[in-house]
Amino acid sequence: MFIIKYKKIFISLSVLLVLVSVIFIAIFGLKLGIDFKGGALLEVDYSNSSSGRPEASLLENKIKTLKMLDINQVLIQPTAEFGYLIKTRNLSEPEHQMLSALLSLDGKYPVLEKSFNSIGPSVGSELARKAIISIIMVIFAIIFFITFAFRKVSRPVASWKYGVITIITLLHDIIIPTAIFALLSHYTGAEVDTLFVLALLTILGLSVHDKIVVFDRIRENLKEGDKKSFAETVSISTSQTIVRSINITLTIIGVLVPLYLFGPETTKNFALVLTIGLFFGIYSSLFFASPLLILLEEWQLKNKKP
Amino acid sequence: MRHKIASALLVLIFGSGIAFFVYKTEPKLNKNFETQNAFFKKFPFRLGLDLSGGSHLIYKADVSAVESSEVGNSMDALRDVIERRVNLFGVSEPVVQVQHGGIISGSGEQLIVDLPGITDIKQAVEMIGQTPILEFKTEAPNDTPQTATVDKDGKVNLDIGSQFVKTELTGRYLKKATLEFDQNTREPRVSLQFDDTGTKLFAQITKANIGKMVAIYLDGTPVSTPVVREEIPNGQAVISGSFTPNEAKLLVGRLNSGALPVPITLLSTQTIGATLGESAVNAGVKAAIIGFLLVTIFLILWYRLPGLIAVIALSFYTAILLAIFKLLPVTLTAAGIGGFIISLGMAVDANVLIFERMKEEIRKGYNISDGIHTGFKRAWTSVRDSNTSSIITSIILFWLGTPLIKGFALTFGLGVLVSMFSAITISRIFLFALGINKNNNFTSFLFGSGFSSAKNMTNNK
Repeated sequence: MFIIKYKKIFISLSVLLVLVSVIFIAIFGLKLGIDFKGGALLEVDYSNSSSGRPEASLLENKIKTLKMLDINQVLIQPTAEFGYLIKTRNLSEPEHQMLSALLSLDGKYPVLEKSFNSIGPSVGSELARKAIISIIMVIFAIIFFITFAFRKVSRPVASWKYGVITIITLLHDIIIPTAIFALLSHYTGAEVDTLFVLALLTILGLSVHDKIVVFDRIRENLKEGDKKSFAETVSISTSQTIVRSINITLTIIGVLVPLYLFGPETTKNFALVLTIGLFFGIYSSLFFASPLLILLEEWQLKNKKP
Repeated sequence: MRHKIASALLVLIFGSGIAFFVYKTEPKLNKNFETQNAFFKKFPFRLGLDLSGGSHLIYKADVSAVESSEVGNSMDALRDVIERRVNLFGVSEPVVQVQHGGIISGSGEQLIVDLPGITDIKQAVEMIGQTPILEFKTEAPNDTPQTATVDKDGKVNLDIGSQFVKTELTGRYLKKATLEFDQNTREPRVSLQFDDTGTKLFAQITKANIGKMVAIYLDGTPVSTPVVREEIPNGQAVISGSFTPNEAKLLVGRLNSGALPVPITLLSTQTIGATLGESAVNAGVKAAIIGFLLVTIFLILWYRLPGLIAVIALSFYTAILLAIFKLLPVTLTAAGIGGFIISLGMAVDANVLIFERMKEEIRKGYNISDGIHTGFKRAWTSVRDSNTSSIITSIILFWLGTPLIKGFALTFGLGVLVSMFSAITISRIFLFALGINKNNNFTSFLFGSGFSSAKNMTNNK
């Protein structure tokens, strides 16, 4: 019954983690990618060039000095062995042509354009809006679904409260990976893009999945109608699902780690954020959601008595 | 018992058939793919732009001049025109979609154009944006002042433009353009057929200008200035500029595809080089295979016999899902493959839930057969509810998401649906077909997990 005994420690630990995460996000901040704020991203490759790739500073000067382009800010990051990622404001098609032509430095460095992406600011804000709306919609749908699925176990804790607890723990599961991502982006320059939002949404999905498995066990044990207290039932149900929870986390991490190590470049950060989120998702299903449920029931009892 | 074995065999045949289908329809896995039955060639995986390479363009349509009730229609007309222009270009499987504005998307009317295989955006943008402007002009009255300029070298340039005046007849009244060849000179020329209004206008113009020139302007420059010999009442005209056959063909196509019903501006562009896409596919496949192997090893080591059955169910799951991707078809993107890999994890979860439950029931003192039964029954509610929530999430994402999120939601949602079938139905059929009723050391070992056999767990309890 260690969950009952240490419930306050577990809850405090989670609250502390969330607080630290919020502070992390505040300090390091999240860099929005061009998906959200608009801009252009050009990926080029100099592997056909006999003299390797030119110095980034050389390219930067060249780009900034071309008056017709009028680009004041350009960020050039090396990728792979011979490539660069070039980030600028969003470019029209003629501007893109001008920039591409510039990069071979008058033919001295033959260059291959691997990808180009230019997003107008309005498209970016539209995307941000859609992302926020989908997260909110998913959260509400989950509350409603849990309220419905657990309607038969409204005693002693009303079924919608399971939903609310799920959402509170979901915030925990999302804020922590976001903070780790903020830390990561501070050092590697990773940006918040659609895939990051997708990772958060997937964490939402997987983590609700876990919570439902634990709650389902509570529901079943409550229905059995033993004389045990609610706290005991929750605690037993949680320990009954621990092996399953650990095993399934191992399995999903088993597919995510190869995705991170060997998968496409574009989904690397996605796999990383997801793995972190998954870990905290399982943790919170066992050691945050259950203690919260017990605490909630204790509060209900206290408020009723006097 | 026989019945159970028969159904297991049936499932096995069915599953192998699907796996065979997936294998046979994959060009990379078959050496002599070209010589194969045409049926198998019809179902390759459809790869998204990020995997196959190509261009992704988003246009904003200016519908301010269109009445709100007509917006839908004019956007559809716009899509048709753009589609015709894109098809002209010989792009294989282009996708042109209208994205309507609204409260959720918060944007105006947009047109999304995907051009697989086209990495030269300049060309693509030109092809989509150009409307050929066809005009017919007549000679200006003689008293019209002509403008002439003298350039640096002292040459006098006469502006031909001032020699001709506009008429009402334009490409708007064009019914059809066709390519033909002059019977004498073998030169390609473009023959035009006007619609009713155009025919009347053309008859008037030719009647009023017998013996004079009528200039045919294309995109603001005169391409042909024939002299009218007689009135032409049938609405037929011929442009015989000095075209190459290809130019003439392209012009015909452009004229036939018509003008854009509403003006458009390019909002964003994206091109992915083919090599980048290919390496992403290879990396994705590699990651999926390694992930699958890791899961297999874990399941068999930890869950033994049921674990092996879970692996079979998982293989079926993969075959069924891949077949669905081919048949629907689902456009696969990097994010979509991510969704697929995660749903693999979900499929395993259902089995893990069931096996943990089975083990628990056996530990309680049930024999193995009853344990399997009760395990499935008890685990069902949690599998059902947790997967329902995943499906709800994927529906919302599919409904609201951007194309990238949609791709993820679709493969993820389909994966969860299929996994409920494979993890529950298929593994149940196989477990029962084995017909294990006895409890002895061996069967206890087979149904044990982790570091202990089922029997030991009973003893420990």
